[in-house]
Amino acid sequence: MTGPGYSAGEMMTVTAAQALREARTCFVGIGLPSEAANLARATHTPGLVLIYESGTIGARPGRLPLSIGDGILAQTADTVVSVPEIFNYWLQPGRIDVGFLGAAQIDRFGNINTTVIGTDYAEPKVRLPGAGGAPEIAASCREVIVIVRQTRRTFVERVDFVTSVGFGDGPGSRQRLGLAGAGPQKVITDLGVLEPDPQTCELMLTAAYPGVSVPDISEQTGWALRVAPDLRELPPPCPAELAVLRGLRATLPDTDGAAGQGAAS
Amino acid sequence: MAEIVSLADAIARSVHDGDTVAMEGFTHLIPHAAGHEVIRQGRRELTLVRMTPDVIYDQMIGAGCARKLVFSWGGNPGVGSLHRFRDAIEHSWPVPLELEEHSHAGMANRYVAGASGLPFAVLRGYRGTGLDGRAANTVTNISDIACPFTGETLTAVAALRPDVTVIHAQRADREGNVQLWGITGVQKEAVLAAARSVVTVEEIVDALDPRPGAVVLPAWAVGYVAVAPGGAHPSYALDYTARDNDFYIAWDAISRDRARFGRWLDEHVYAGAVR
Repeated sequence: MTGPGYSAGEMMTVTAAQALREARTCFVGIGLPSEAANLARATHTPGLVLIYESGTIGARPGRLPLSIGDGILAQTADTVVSVPEIFNYWLQPGRIDVGFLGAAQIDRFGNINTTVIGTDYAEPKVRLPGAGGAPEIAASCREVIVIVRQTRRTFVERVDFVTSVGFGDGPGSRQRLGLAGAGPQKVITDLGVLEPDPQTCELMLTAAYPGVSVPDISEQTGWALRVAPDLRELPPPCPAELAVLRGLRATLPDTDGAAGQGAAS
Repeated sequence: MAEIVSLADAIARSVHDGDTVAMEGFTHLIPHAAGHEVIRQGRRELTLVRMTPDVIYDQMIGAGCARKLVFSWGGNPGVGSLHRFRDAIEHSWPVPLELEEHSHAGMANRYVAGASGLPFAVLRGYRGTGLDGRAANTVTNISDIACPFTGETLTAVAALRPDVTVIHAQRADREGNVQLWGITGVQKEAVLAAARSVVTVEEIVDALDPRPGAVVLPAWAVGYVAVAPGGAHPSYALDYTARDNDFYIAWDAISRDRARFGRWLDEHVYAGAVR
C-alpha cells in the first residue's frame, strides 16, 4: 500500500496537515493529530495557533511533544491557562476553528469511541483510555477533523460506545442535542479521505491516495461505503513536506505501543 | 494554616483508609513521591480521583490501594495502555475497581464547583455521549438541567469534594505559602475543593519571588507542606527537573507483568527510596 518513496502513514499525516490550511486555531490531541498540526505549522500554515488541553495556547514546539503536558508546550506558548479555563472560556463558546481527534472506533455517522471495545461496558473486551477532552472538542469546535488508520475493526457500522458525538443517528441529531459545531467534516485515513454526505450525514469516500483502489478501501470499511461521484485521487506528498515530517518524527523517542488515543493524554 | 512536616507525617495525618483522595497535576507536577508514600503506608479502599490517572494511579491501583476510580482519561501518555489499571478492570486484580467516568471538561467543572462551595457546575457537555447518564452502568453525578432564563437544556455535574487533595509544586516559603508555575492544570481548584490538603515541594525558600503565570496558594488555604525534591518523577517540575520520557516508555514493560510489577514495587517503593 505504499507509493514510491513514502509510507501510507506519511501520506495520511501530510493530507491531515493540508486539511488545516484554512484554519486559524486548532485544538490538538497528542499522537497523529499533534504530528499533523505541527507539520502544517512548519510548512504551509505557519500562523496556525496550536491549543493543547493542558492549557497551552499558541504553543510553538520545535520538536514533537511526547505528551500534552510536555514542557516545550508551556515554554513556547503565548499563554498558559488552567484546565477549567481552557475548556470553559476557550473551547466551550466555539472560539476554536478545528478540533483534531483520533479514534479507536468510528462509525458511518462519524461517532467516535475511545472508551471500551465490546458492547457490555461492565465487561469490556478492551478497556481504552476514555474520553479525555474529546466529547466537548467534538461538540464545540467549529469543525472536527479525525485522523485514524482504516481497518474493518476501526471503521464500524455502529461504535460500541459513543465517547464523542459525530452526527449521532444521522440528520438533525446534532441540532437536537444542542451541539454547536458542525461536527466531523473530514476523516483522514491511511487509505484516503471520507467526508459526510450533506444530506444523509453518512461518511462517504471523497478521495483516495495514489495507487489505492476503491475496493481496497471498501474492504477496510465495516459498512457499505458509498463513493462520491467526483472521487479524487490525491497527489503524492511533495519531497519538502516529507523532509519536514521526517525531521519532526526524528525528534520522538521510540515507543513500542500505539500513540495516545483520542485528543487526550 | 499550613504545617511544614515530613512527607510520611503529611500522608499519615491526611490520608486514611476509605478516603476520597485526589492527586492532581495535569502531566506536569504529578505528586509521585506522595503516591509512593500512600502505597508504603498501606492505605486501602481509597476512592481515587484524578483527571488523568496515568502512571501514578497505575502504581497505586496495582498496589491494591483503590476501591474506586473517578477519572476522565486513563492511559500512559504518548505510550499506550495502563496495564495495572486494565488488569484491575478486566480481571479484578489485585482487587476489583469500580469506575466513575467523565470527560475532562466535566471533571474540571466538578472541581470548580467544589472549590466554589456550590453543589454542582453547569456546562455544555456530555450530550449524546454514552457518558451522559442515560447509558446503562455509567450513570452518576451527571444530569440534564434547564437554564432558568432561556429554558435551554444544559448539563449539570456534581461538585467534587475530596477528603484530601495532594499536589506537587515547585516551592513554598517558610510560612507554607505555595507557588507553582508552568502547566498548573486543575490543582488550585482541587486543593480548594478538598477538606484537607498536602503539597509536596521541590524546596522551601525564604521568599517567593514572582514568576510569570504562577499560581500561589496562601498558607492559610493549605494543610501540610512537605519537602520532596524530585517528587514529581517521572513527571517533572518546570525549571527544576525534566520529564523522564524513558521511564514512561519503560513503564509499559514493567507494568505488563504482575510479578515484574511486584518486584518494581519492592525495589522502588517499599524499600523506601523515593526514586
